[in-house]
Amino acid sequence: MNRTDRLALSHLWVAIVAFGVAAAMAFMQALSRASLDLPWRSAKMYYLSVTAHGVLMALVFTTFFIMAFGYVVVTRALDRPPATPGLAWAGFWIALAGTLAAVWAILTGRATVLYTFYPPLKAHPAFYIGLTLVVVGSWCWAAVMLLSYRAWRKEHPDAPAPLVMHGMLATVIVWLIATVGVAAEMLLQLIPWSLGWSKTIDPVLARMLFWYFGHPLVYFWLLPAYVIWYTVLPRVAGGKLFSDPLARLVFVLFIVLSTPVGFHHQFMDPGVSAGWKLLHTFLTMGILFPSFVTAFTVTASMEVAGRMQGARGWLDWLGKLPWRDPLFSSVALSMILFAFGGIGGAINASFGMNAVVHNTAWIQGHFHLTVGSAAALTFMGASYWLLPRLTGRELELALLARVQPYLWFLGMLLFSFSNHITGLMGMPRRIYDASYDGATAAQAWRGLTEVSAAGGLLLFASAGFFILVMVGTALAGKRREPEPVLWTEPLEPVSPRRTLLDRYGLWAVVAVILVLIAYAYPLWAHLRMARFGSPGFSPF
Amino acid sequence: MNVAFYEKIWMWAAGVLILAFLVTITVGVAGSALQPPSHVETIDPTKIWNDARFTQRGVTVDAHGATVIAVAMMFAYAPAELRVPAGRPVTFRLTSADVTHGFQIVGTNGNTMIVPGYVSQFTTVFREPGEYLIVCNEYCGLGHHLMSAKLIVEVGGEARP
Repeated sequence: MNRTDRLALSHLWVAIVAFGVAAAMAFMQALSRASLDLPWRSAKMYYLSVTAHGVLMALVFTTFFIMAFGYVVVTRALDRPPATPGLAWAGFWIALAGTLAAVWAILTGRATVLYTFYPPLKAHPAFYIGLTLVVVGSWCWAAVMLLSYRAWRKEHPDAPAPLVMHGMLATVIVWLIATVGVAAEMLLQLIPWSLGWSKTIDPVLARMLFWYFGHPLVYFWLLPAYVIWYTVLPRVAGGKLFSDPLARLVFVLFIVLSTPVGFHHQFMDPGVSAGWKLLHTFLTMGILFPSFVTAFTVTASMEVAGRMQGARGWLDWLGKLPWRDPLFSSVALSMILFAFGGIGGAINASFGMNAVVHNTAWIQGHFHLTVGSAAALTFMGASYWLLPRLTGRELELALLARVQPYLWFLGMLLFSFSNHITGLMGMPRRIYDASYDGATAAQAWRGLTEVSAAGGLLLFASAGFFILVMVGTALAGKRREPEPVLWTEPLEPVSPRRTLLDRYGLWAVVAVILVLIAYAYPLWAHLRMARFGSPGFSPF
Repeated sequence: MNVAFYEKIWMWAAGVLILAFLVTITVGVAGSALQPPSHVETIDPTKIWNDARFTQRGVTVDAHGATVIAVAMMFAYAPAELRVPAGRPVTFRLTSADVTHGFQIVGTNGNTMIVPGYVSQFTTVFREPGEYLIVCNEYCGLGHHLMSAKLIVEVGGEARP
């Protein structure tokens, strides 16, 4: 193992541990949903576990996995060690220290504010400072990615970046634009307020800044998954990428459209005017387009793979695909789940329908298909593919690895679909107990809540399999010469020169202009309105 | 850029579908005044119990419909029971005494956030008489799941405050 692989592996292991702890937290929630009377079950434990699950899954597991994958892309696609390794390691330790501080605050019951941490719920300062350090660590990673690309470009002045790096550069740009919002919320509002330096806080301003960050955060999770779908999946399936330029276009569209859409999370908020909510609605619909293109290109690439293995008929190429390979099955199943997630997303973005589902169980049903499947299941599949290639050890407990994606798929179908339905029936999300003193409306949710609990238990078993395979491989996997990390070849040769789609600076500028159009005036108007701050509350 | 024939068809179809979504929304906005819910009004969250806008809590009914004035707090609504007339517009005016809460009338599209420092307002019509459950749908502390109220939609106009 060389030094740069140690960098990627360190990040990967933090991701895996965070995932394991977060999965254990989800297990407790599943038991709550089943209304089982267990001695340690309490509202305090439930809301604490929801907070820990959200922070560790959505913020820590994803970010550390994406950083690990970014370093693998630099070493294996640009064929060079990451630029400024000192900065890369500094980023790792800063993000890890921040994670530990935030996790300490959560697990000791000082920060039961959920991963959306809406003020005036007030957590211990270590929670806010810790999460800010995670973001600072990720900025170091972003800088290393950009510097590595610049160094590569000096040696390849005309060539376009390999597609896998193109996708990761898009991820970096989206992340840098997005995190401005959460950094402002943390540094200008939450940290000074939690330390007692400012007495009051404006919760709507905090929500605007949070969702400026919160929606592109979704694409920060999703883009690396798309990168894997485009550049790893077809190769593992024995095929080629159907269209390289369209894949590049997709990532460029995400750079441009990811951020100016955040008000669609605030449709039901007071204090934000209707016109701006409408503008964000239109832009949100636009962002469906690159995902439609992805659905076609990736599916077509799988068909190419099936035909290269000799399929002739309309659908028999499906049978030629390596359904027993854990990377392939993880990604293919995550794509199926994500198709439902995408349709649900279009529903959420339509404010008329959103009024019915806002903050209901529908929402957790929805985002477990996106971040919980498209991203998380893809990342697990990628870990099966990556760990042997980084450590030079064969995958241990390969049977568990083969079963695990299917178990996740089944668990997620039960969990997500039942939550979508109870959501439509008006069950709120994030509640310890759904009985409401025996109200008739609440009784109708029973049964389905138990289906969701059963789904949760299957997901927990699947997560346990994943952890066993990872730990087993690291400790006991047979040593051998590691297979090389190889990316998918396009069906048609890539243009030898950079095109408009490879002008990252230009697209970043376009994105910033669009962000200014969507956010500058509403923020300015908000700040000059007569507002009253709110003191903090810690009812946990 | 060389795009395969079938993919071109797919991209056009996706574009047309998205355009259809946008046209639907625009027609709703322009034709039926179906705008995103919104209301911009601020209030000092530390003084709501003395603010003239929220001292008379409950339901007032007039010739046009009803107005509901209510306050959300950890972990209840004041008042906890609301009686409104069926088939007539009901305007809800809500604010929070402490943290951010939700206000969701189960089985309807009556749904809003209640954010301290702001007044939430929306108008809706209940066609079906009966008893509805109101729940808080934004986490507000350890008693979040206990926070609920009752909405009784009555036939005719004899709704009492």
